[in-house]
Parts: sequence; C-alpha cells; structure tokens
Amino acid sequence: MTTLDTHVHDLGMPGNPISAAVAASVAESGEKKTDLKAKDLKTDQEVRWCPGCGDYVILNAVQSFLPSLGIAREDMVIVSGIGCSSRFPYYMNTYGMHSIHGRAPAIATGLAASRPDLSVWVVTGDGDSLSIGGNHLIHALRRNVNMTILLFNNRIYGLTKGQYSPTSEVGKVTKSTPMGSIDAPFNPISLALGADATFVGRAMDSDRKGLTDVLRQAAEHKGTSLVEIYQNCNIFNDGAFELLKDPNTGTQWSIPLEHGKPLVFGPDGAACVVRDDFGGLRIAETNQVAAEDIVIHDATRENPAYAFALSRLSSQDLRYTPMGVFRSVQKPTYDGMMTEQLDVARVQGTADLQGLLGGGETWTVDA
Amino acid sequence: MTASTPPPIGAPNDEVSATAAHAATGGLVKSVVALDRVVIRLAGDSGDGMQLTGNRFTSETASFGNDLSTLPNFPAEIRAPTGTLPGVSSFQLHFADHDIMTPGDAPDVLVAMNPAALKSNLSDLPGGGLLIVDSDEFTPRNLAKVGYATSPLEDGSLEGWQTVPVPLTSMTLDALADSGLGKKEAERSKNMFTLGLLSWMYHRPTEGTVRFLERQFRRKPEIAAANIAAFRAGYNYGETTEAFAVSYEIKPAPMDAGTYRNISGNQALSLGIVAAGLRSGLPIFLGAYPITPASDILHELSKHKVFGVRTFQAEDEIAGIGAALGASFGGALGVTTTSGPGVALKAETIGLAVMTELPLLIIDVQRGGPSTGLPTKTEQSDLLQAMFGRNGEAPLPVIAPRSPGDCFDAAIEAARIALTYRTPVMLLSDGYLANGAEPWAVPDVDSLPDLTGAVGFATGPNAASTDGTPEFHPYQRDPETLARAWAVPGTAGLQHRIGGLEKADGNGNISYDPANHDFMVRTRQAKIDGIAASIGPTDVEDPDGDASVAVIGWGSTYGPIGAACRRIRASGRSVAQIHLRHINPFPADLGEVLARYDRVICPEMNLGQLALLLRAKFLVDVQSHTQVSGMPFRSAELAAVIQDAIDSTSTDAVPAGTAANGAMQ
Ligand SMILES: Cc1ncc(C[n+]2csc(CCOP(=O)(O)OP(=O)(O)O)c2C)c(N)n1
Ligand code: SF4
Ligand SMILES: [Mg+2]
Repeated sequence: MTTLDTHVHDLGMPGNPISAAVAASVAESGEKKTDLKAKDLKTDQEVRWCPGCGDYVILNAVQSFLPSLGIAREDMVIVSGIGCSSRFPYYMNTYGMHSIHGRAPAIATGLAASRPDLSVWVVTGDGDSLSIGGNHLIHALRRNVNMTILLFNNRIYGLTKGQYSPTSEVGKVTKSTPMGSIDAPFNPISLALGADATFVGRAMDSDRKGLTDVLRQAAEHKGTSLVEIYQNCNIFNDGAFELLKDPNTGTQWSIPLEHGKPLVFGPDGAACVVRDDFGGLRIAETNQVAAEDIVIHDATRENPAYAFALSRLSSQDLRYTPMGVFRSVQKPTYDGMMTEQLDVARVQGTADLQGLLGGGETWTVDA
Repeated sequence: MTASTPPPIGAPNDEVSATAAHAATGGLVKSVVALDRVVIRLAGDSGDGMQLTGNRFTSETASFGNDLSTLPNFPAEIRAPTGTLPGVSSFQLHFADHDIMTPGDAPDVLVAMNPAALKSNLSDLPGGGLLIVDSDEFTPRNLAKVGYATSPLEDGSLEGWQTVPVPLTSMTLDALADSGLGKKEAERSKNMFTLGLLSWMYHRPTEGTVRFLERQFRRKPEIAAANIAAFRAGYNYGETTEAFAVSYEIKPAPMDAGTYRNISGNQALSLGIVAAGLRSGLPIFLGAYPITPASDILHELSKHKVFGVRTFQAEDEIAGIGAALGASFGGALGVTTTSGPGVALKAETIGLAVMTELPLLIIDVQRGGPSTGLPTKTEQSDLLQAMFGRNGEAPLPVIAPRSPGDCFDAAIEAARIALTYRTPVMLLSDGYLANGAEPWAVPDVDSLPDLTGAVGFATGPNAASTDGTPEFHPYQRDPETLARAWAVPGTAGLQHRIGGLEKADGNGNISYDPANHDFMVRTRQAKIDGIAASIGPTDVEDPDGDASVAVIGWGSTYGPIGAACRRIRASGRSVAQIHLRHINPFPADLGEVLARYDRVICPEMNLGQLALLLRAKFLVDVQSHTQVSGMPFRSAELAAVIQDAIDSTSTDAVPAGTAANGAMQ
C-alpha cells in the first residue's frame, strides 16, 4: 500500500498533466483572460426567472465576486440539475451543463476527478439535491471531490409550481399538502456534516456581503464545499426567510459565525452560545453566563460534532439560525488522491499496451 | 463397478477418431487413445474450487495448443450451505484438435466432487460417459442432504455410465500427511489432486500450474507447497493406478501463426477499453457500480492505472454513468459497465448523453431477467431495453460481440462509433461471453484501428453571429457524420452550455420552437442511421453458396449457431449463417441479404427481440426460435431446428419475385 501525501492541486495548476489531447487543444486555442469583470460572466441568454426571484440576487453576487478569484472563465464549469435554480449555468459565460434532476454532483464528480485543472461548481435546489439527488450529494461530500456546491434552498419545489420540498417545515400547506406537510424536514447543514463534509456554510440571498464572504471561502477550499443559500421564491414560498431578513427580527434570530470570535448575537449582544451538559450547544443570555463560557467559533475543528451542534441550534421555523461558515477543514481530496494513484502506478510500471495484451500465460504457434 | 478399460470417450454423435497406442509406465501397461475432442465437466460444492480448477485446466489446455471453449456455471449465492444442491458450481471445458465454436452440448466426462454435484449434473452426462466421483464424500449425511436414500455408488443406479469412484479426499490427505497442515486445510487441496489426475489423463503440461500455485500463494509458501504436492500426487496416482488404464491424447489444433493467450470475455472487453483509450489518445474514465456479471471489468480496469485509466466505484448506477458522462464532457472517454438492472437505472442519463451528444460507452453484460432474475446465468433479453429503453426519441448505436475474444474488437468498435459520431454506444455482452474463455491471438498493437482522427476537439470558433462576430456553435455538425463540435472545458473562447433541454440547431441555445424540435429529433436519428455507412456489409457465411435457409443471430449465439450450421453442412445440406455485430443501425445491405433466402431463422436467448426488429424493419417473416433457460443453446438442438426448416422449405410454392418469407426481391 502506497501512502499518499495530502497535497492538493491548486485551481488551474494541475500537479498531474491532463491528457495530451486536451492539453494540446487547450494550448492551441490561445490565451485565457483572468482579469475578468462581472459583465464578462454574463451570457446573451435572457434570464427567465420570475421577477423578484432570489435567484437573480445570487446570480449577481456570483458574477460580481467570481472575477476576484483570478480564474479564467474557460476554466470554470458549472453543472446543475433540474429546477428553477438549475437554470443558473445558462446565465454564466463559463462552460456549463444543465443536466438531469438530482445528478449534478455525480456528473461533476467525474469531471472534477478527471480534470483537476478545472474549477468545478454545482448549482442545485433543495429538491434537486436533497430529494432525488440526496444520495449523490452525501457521497460527493464524503469523498471530498474538489468542487463547490451551491444549494439554493427556497424550501419549495419552484419549477414544478409549488409542492413542498424536503426542507419545507412540518405543517406547510402546499399544492400537494392541502392539510399541511407531515414530512419532517432535513436540515441541509446537519446532513452535510453527517456526511463529514469538509466545508459547510450558509448564507442569505439578499446579504451580498455575507454571501460573497462564504462563497469566497468555499471556492478557495480544496475539497467539496457545500453552501446552503437561503433563496426566496416569491411565487410559491414568498417570505420564507423573512424572520431572518427583517431588520427587526433578523438580528434576534440569526447567529453570525465568525471564526475566532465569541458566539454572541441579538440586539446588544444579549444572547450567546454556550456548551450544554450533553456535549452539545445551547442558547443563553449573555449576562447570565461567565464570559469564558461563551463558545469561541472555530470552523477548523477536526471533529464535526461541534459544527453539527451549531447546526442543531436552529428550529424549523428558523429561530437561532447560524449564518456563515460552520466547518472548514483540510483533508485529502478525491481527485488529488486519484491523480496520486495514477502517478504512483506510472512510477511503478510502464504503459506497455503490447505487454498488457500479451500478458499472462501465452503460447506461440509457428508459421 | 470400476471400469478397467473404458472405451474411448467422445461425443456419441461426433466423428471421433480413436487410435490406441501403448505405453509402459511403472510396470503397468497403459494405453494411450487419440481423440479429436473432449468435453469435461467439473462439478462440486462452491467451496471446492471448481472454477479455479477449471480455469487451470483451461490454461494448461490453451498452452498445449488445443482449441477450446469454456462454460463456467455457478450459483448466485457465494456459499450456499455445503453439500446442498443450490451450492453446486460447475465448469465445462471443450477442447479439440480442430477449431470449435462452443463449450459442448454435453460432457463426455463428469467429475462429481460430492453427491450434490452428481445429482444436479448426472442427467447431462450421456449414457456410457465417464463419471469420476469422490467416493469419500458419499457419506450417509451428504447423501441425505440431497435426498439420496441409498448411495448411488452401491445401489446400481450408475450402471449406465463408466463410473470410477476415487477416494479423492483421503488420497489428498495421505499425500499431505507430512505437510504440517490440519485436516481441514489439507482437504482443500483435493481440487488440485483432481486436477493432477485429469492432467495425467489428458496429457496436459503441468509446469504452468506449478508456477501459478507458487505465484498465487506467494505469501503462504506452505499452502503453495501443499497444493503442488496434491497436484503431483493426483498426477502420479493416474500414472500408477489400475483404476484408469487409458489416457488420452488430443493433438494441438492447427491455428494461424502468432502468439496466443486464453481470454475471457470480461478480460477481453477490459483490454479493448484500455486499447481504445490509448489508440484514441483519450484517458479512460470508468464509472461503475458492482453487479454480476459485469464487476470483473471494474476489477480489471482498476488495475490499469499505469495507462491513465481512472476507475470510480460510484454510489449507484446513476452516479456511475453520470460521472462517466461528466468525464466525457471534460475530454475523457467515459465508460460505464453494468448489467440489465443497472441499464434500467441509467436510462435517464443515457438520454442526457443522447441529447448532449457526447461520446460514452455503456456496457451491458446481460444476465437473466426481469428484475434481479438470474444474476449468474446468461440471456440476451436486454436488446429492446438497449434500443428503446428511454423516454423520447433517443436512438443510440447498439453493437454486440460474438465470442469472448471478440469482446476486445467490439470495445474498440464501440469507441470508434462513440467518438466519431459523438454518441453514447450500447455494447451488449452477456454472462456466457463474460465468463467463458477461448484462445485469443494477441494482436499487434500497431494493427489496431487508429482512433485519434475521430477525436478532433474544437479549438476555435466554427460559426459567426448575425453581426459577423466569430462564435462557437456546439451543435454545428460535421456534414458527413452529423457529429457535433466537441470543445472541452479549458479551451479559450469556446465556453458554452449544454444540457437536456432541446437545443437550437447550430448554436445550441435552449429552443422550444416546434420546427426546430422536429428537425433536431430527425437529425439525431439521421446521425445514428448514418453510422451504417461506416460499417461493412452483412457478415454472411454460406460456403456452399446455394443455401435457401439462413440463420441470423447476434451476440453470444454465434458459437452455437455456427456449430449447428457445421453439423448441417457436414450432413450435406446448405445453410447460411448471418451474424450481426451492429444491431443499430443494421448493416445497409441487411434487407437485401435477408430477401435472398426462402426461410430466415433467428435463434435468441430471449422471446424474439431481434426477430421483432427484423420483422418491423424489413417485413421479413423471420422464424423466431427462442430459449430462456439461462444457458447457451445446444448446437445439436439448433441443428434439428435448422434441419426442420430445410426439410419444410419448398421453393416451388413461391411466386416469382417474392421470397418464401414474403420479402420483395
Ligand atoms: C426525473 C425527474 N423527475 C421529476 C422532475 C420534475 N421536477 C423538475 S424540478 C423539480 C423540483 C425542483 O425543486 P428544487 O430542486 O427545489 O428547485 P427549485 O425549482 O425550487 O429551484 C421536479 C420535481 C424532473 N425534471 N425529472
Ligand atoms: S418559481 Fe420561485 S424559484 Fe422559480 S423562478 Fe419563480 S420565484 Fe424563482
Ligand atoms: Mg426549491
């Protein structure tokens, strides 16, 4: 058994040469521009989301921030599934594939594992990633393939016109739940941490600064990053995140996560997060606890239990919702290890096809 | 009941040339009988190592230079309870001094390692055949397990066969008395004792097996030594015992000059995939989920990382094909391997590959269906699933290998089509091809098709916008092949989006335009139909040139149909054999070819799926002959079907201008 070192490949800087055929045509195609403006990432396609949809804000935020990564648009690939959110690639002047319902993480896995030189993104919805594609999502996360997954969570099926989704709250009345949903929802952050995801964050569509900040960290992370983006569907689930967006209630119910800072929140910092008696976390009143008992946020903890406990603070009605980066730890990436194994095999053997075909026991018949 | 001098063993209804010679060995006078062919079946408990024994005997036979064909047959259970009927595993090997096409309809020799193996295989052994049993295993307990009230070794029920009870287990234990191994462990070597005996009986070279055992048990030298000792003891037993007075000689078969190896279908397919990658210059990316009988391709390819082959064991079949398609998008040759149930799961992604027009190999190693069906048995019942098992008009090329070795060429042909035409290709192998083996002439790498010309990534704009700005249009097509332009991510200036929504012709933007959809549906179909221009004429074998009956088949029935046709011809009648490599599209001349015959018979291991396609496409009154027993056809039975057809065909009754099958000339 060969031990693999944990080195990971920088975006656009493959440690292992990509296939000669790909390298040759990429070289032949000429210069790639890396000093991009937001408008360079727009396409000529008419954006077809409903007016007022949260997807627009996210698209704008992504187009504004991506150039700062210094990656050529030709080296970015956005793979999506099916849903309103999954129309995203059509509006991004990068390479893209609008695939089939739920399968984007699987498709992106094959792409990222065979082309470690690319910056691979997945755009998916709550139905796409947590219902039909739940299996692919958790497996992508546990493998830690180098890609960034943007999960647009509007807590509804938008494209199919308003059925409840796996993140809809119990009791939700929708077209398919006239008497209220009886399904317990997933908390996508808890789910991702359960799969041992190395990077997990959450942001709000309308919070340009917070969203950009989480997206940047996610993009720079080597391995699978999952960013849950709360996205308003103003047609079928309008105001779903109002509790957190409303200036009057937002500060009270959101817990901003800042690495290295104490978890104090609410008007005048009146609330805070402390450890509970069972190894989890609980909300306390800041003036009722000793300052040293307030948890200092550490996204780099190896053990996902802390980040998981954070994710469990919120209830399905969104009270006490942590926003920001829950977890960011380094682990070998799947594509990196796959490349390493190929390299090791190349060092140990030679690619002799004739030898392979004539391998094993052979015999010769003379003319 | 011990037969002292059994007559020569050969299939009763085949030409057997037996000549006896005499050799003196250790004071015993033993005779050597020359045979032209033998079918041996080894049967035992799944734990007895019958597959390994069979494979070793096959390797010895291959290196001796006989032509051969094998039929492994094993239970779906990994270890059914010891000594029971469901736990019986068998391996049949047909070898000859001439070229043969099948593993043999019935064994001439049956080796039964226990009562269960005897009970489940005896009915296949023709009367008078040689039956070797491990008499140690015929204990009251083992007999009771399979419902024998009395021991068949004693109650006279085996009188119709030349039965030789041999205490294989106890002789193995005796041979290993000084090995230091415990009884249980030593007993395991009885398969090697048996192999030694058979190796003596059929004059097989033994060095290969010794080398193999040394290699196999590198880390356990005492086990290697025990197995080798048992193997030699079995050989020596044959030489000295009075139980076997005859040994057999089957001369090497004449073969074209070259280097040969023994190869199974799954091995050949794997090597074909590696070769296709190197000959096209594209890295292979295999996305697969384990499933019998396809898993061995995943195992084999995962060993070939040195060739840049990436293998990905996915969370399910959908992810397997998804990842392969993602890799193809990135400029790899994506491959996914599975069996029928997996193809069902992959259907939606295959549709996406049809829509995105990316190269992709989908390998379906068919097994008995529906549902979980018969995982370890063979069938050809996924043809219509391959053809039509998707929503929408989603045509794709379908090809099938005809023999284990042919899986190699079929894989390369599948890659040629996938790359040239930018399309998913379905390759239909089956359990019989996958696990069966035959000698394979190792090809010269330089003689393999050069597929680099089929790749041709786009590197610059291929169109212009309305205002004349150069643009890249991913759905701009090659006028000849109708293949679309393929630009891989990373290529400067060619960024574009593809997906499952209908595309506008040319620029590939989403289009809901009715006329465009109609055009695109027809264009995708025309592209697949157009592949016919790149494949040769229909493969017809009619050595007499005057056959009025043709037998048409596809895939693994090639051997049994071919052997049946040989029987017919040997009896002085004519018959044509048509075998299809390409099922979609058919060769361009197939309609014409079929119309030449008064009668067309189509044997299939399904309920008539190719026959349905032929009837629909060519209005030919194909006579479907079907069998879905999980086992390949027996050539004698097929010969009888063909004979009937010939006998009942009368050209007198046919009006001029029309063939008896109704097809217009
Ligand atoms: C195999 C398959 N099943 C069902 C659908 C129909 N469908 C399309 S999108 C969707 C749900 C999308 O919900 P979500 O992922 O939350 O995306 P949103 O539209 O809310 O952004 C469904 C059920 C489909 N396209 N494919
Ligand atoms: S249905 Fe909802 S999610 Fe979809 S585009 Fe309209 S507002 Fe956005
Ligand atoms: Mg949704």
